Amino acid sequence: MFRPVVRLSTSGVRSLTRTRQCYSAPLASRCYSHAKVETDEEFDARWVTYFSKPDIDAWELKKGMNTLIGYDLVPEPKILDSALRACRRLNDLASAIRILEAVKDKSGPHKDIYPYLIQELQPTLIELGISTPEDLGMDIL
Amino acid sequence: MLTSRALVRGLKSGFWRPLSSTSSVQAAHVKVPQYNNRLDTPLSDVPFVRNLNSEQRQLKEKEKGPWTKLTKEEKIALYRLTHELTYPEMRRGSSEWKTVLGGVFIFLGFSGMLVWWQRIFVFGEVPHTLSDEWVEKQTQRMIDMRINPVGGFAYHWDYVKKQWK
Repeated sequence: MFRPVVRLSTSGVRSLTRTRQCYSAPLASRCYSHAKVETDEEFDARWVTYFSKPDIDAWELKKGMNTLIGYDLVPEPKILDSALRACRRLNDLASAIRILEAVKDKSGPHKDIYPYLIQELQPTLIELGISTPEDLGMDIL
Repeated sequence: MLTSRALVRGLKSGFWRPLSSTSSVQAAHVKVPQYNNRLDTPLSDVPFVRNLNSEQRQLKEKEKGPWTKLTKEEKIALYRLTHELTYPEMRRGSSEWKTVLGGVFIFLGFSGMLVWWQRIFVFGEVPHTLSDEWVEKQTQRMIDMRINPVGGFAYHWDYVKKQWK
């Protein structure tokens, strides 16, 4: 919207530049959306809160997890911790192991993400008694 | 014959049942949540094994207690109750490409055989104007006539040395 006005003013159509004085610095502004961008911390906090719901039900866990895996990112350890504890409240060990497999798959070619996640989650895994897919021999065919 | 009881019974059970909404057959109805193995959907709508036998139900009861008390085999069994395939199993490729490529080559070879047979048994002789001696005389005539002297045929003939450039 601003660019055609700039072109008109540089080609010397003075009548137009005189009437449109509010566009005096068109090159400085950009046509981005005015929506507030969520920071990483806010994103993490939102998801930790989602999974921390004490009476979370199975559908909400599935929906949350499937949505989270749909994003173009690998979730932070604290989000996964919250999700694993939600699995514990729902008495669902299979989902807990599946979450670990899913984040490993999500890391793609970056092979150092998954060991970091496991390292960070180790206290939770030991506390809840969740075995990693590697422990159960499910990471190989 | 068309109205025989066996045929009608067969039609009723085999054909119409999956479409019927009142029968209680466990057909794969697409309107009901289904299990699926998808990399982008780690937790499926329903578990893989819906109808548990008694020992599976006992295992599910044990799952309600501390997971530290479960053995590795029990944990694997619990996983397999809910999920059919693990991620590596989902990602595993197949050797189907070899079959496909082999089939393609077989059919190409068969077509080639047909073309060769056609060449031998269907097509007649080639016209005499394509014989070597005719082409020789033709080429000499083209050179004498100076066909395409600038950028084409006669351009490549050296008229001084009487040979191709």
